[in-house]
Amino acid sequence: MAQKVTAGTAVPDQPGHAKVFPPLDPGTFAPQLIWLALTFGLLYLILSRVALPRVGEVIEERSDRIKRDLGQAEKLKEETEQALAAYEQALAEARGKANAIAKSMRDNLTAEVDKERAKVEALIAQKLTEAEARIAQTKSKALASVNDIATDIAGAIVTKLTGAEVSKEEVQKALIRRAAE
Amino acid sequence: MPDPIHQFEIHPIVPIKIFGWDATFTNSSLFMLIAIFLVATFFILAMRGRSLVPTRVQSVAEVTYEFVAGMLRESTGQSGMKYFPLVFTLFVFIFTANMLGMIPGFFTVTSHIIVTAALAGLVFLTVLLVGFAKNGLHFLKLFVPSGVPIYVLPLVTLIEIISFLSRPISHSVRLFANMLAGHITLKVFGGFVVMLLGAGTYSFLAPLPLFMAIALTALEFLVAFLQAYVFTMLTCMYLNDALHPGH
Repeated sequence: MAQKVTAGTAVPDQPGHAKVFPPLDPGTFAPQLIWLALTFGLLYLILSRVALPRVGEVIEERSDRIKRDLGQAEKLKEETEQALAAYEQALAEARGKANAIAKSMRDNLTAEVDKERAKVEALIAQKLTEAEARIAQTKSKALASVNDIATDIAGAIVTKLTGAEVSKEEVQKALIRRAAE
Repeated sequence: MPDPIHQFEIHPIVPIKIFGWDATFTNSSLFMLIAIFLVATFFILAMRGRSLVPTRVQSVAEVTYEFVAGMLRESTGQSGMKYFPLVFTLFVFIFTANMLGMIPGFFTVTSHIIVTAALAGLVFLTVLLVGFAKNGLHFLKLFVPSGVPIYVLPLVTLIEIISFLSRPISHSVRLFANMLAGHITLKVFGGFVVMLLGAGTYSFLAPLPLFMAIALTALEFLVAFLQAYVFTMLTCMYLNDALHPGH
């Protein structure tokens, strides 16, 4: 080993030293390996113990945070949708209630109008029957007086033609007999 | 012409010996230290605020984290995340070392085969340990692909074993060779500029290699990132073999 110390790390121009292609010079292997092991090992320790956990932590925290925020946004969206649904339901209910009120109002009005109309119609019908009755009465009375007049006229005509005095009853009888023939 | 190999030379800074082992603090050690210092400082300072809405620096740290984590998760699923610190350290270490090497005059740690071989060997050993620890002897199924006709199975198994064993070689040489070749090419083209400038009549040609060097510099920045990415990607795929040898 001791020989290699001087051979490997010597300045190449040193007399007596055969010139070797430096990247392949075995004399420099030992110190390079030792220092590589030291530095690489140290870097591995620093990175794996200190630096990388920090980076990983931050990245994880960020992704957690994003996940959480997304979850919250989702929840808020759901709540909004629920509120919207509730609002729409309330709206539908109110509309239904309004319709019901309008309908009952309409029904009431119709019923009242019908009642009024029935009353008026009944009144009219009553008046009509009364009028008809009165007409019939007048008519029969008139007809009755037609008979009387006819009897009187017939009596008068007989008296005029024959000069005989006839009683009212006789004329009436004769008229009834004539009417029956 | 300036020596393109000169940049890869290792110079002792503080000679150290531990139990007869040469542990000399060299320029390579210095740049390893600078690299890990930069990485550690960056990640600790960047995450100082730990804010939910990240600052720019924190974003960079988080993007890097997510980049490597995504790579590992895609290859191995959630079960591989246990090895995330290792994969992440590999990525940032290689990336920072490659990028530091792009600064003129700086030493490129990953341009030495022993460094990339050690890192690839670390991955290889981890895969072996995890593979046998998680699956026991079922790990050997990795070498016996299902749905292969019985008469070619021994051959296929042999090929699988050889390809598995050559993984650390290709894994390490890919990174090493890319860094080495890139830096040599840059230096060579830089050297052409200097040579042409001193070439009297032909000195008007000097901008040509200069433009080439500029374009190559951009390419080398890409390679510096890409090789760190490829190394990490392969690590993830090998880890997946260790965790799920069935397919």
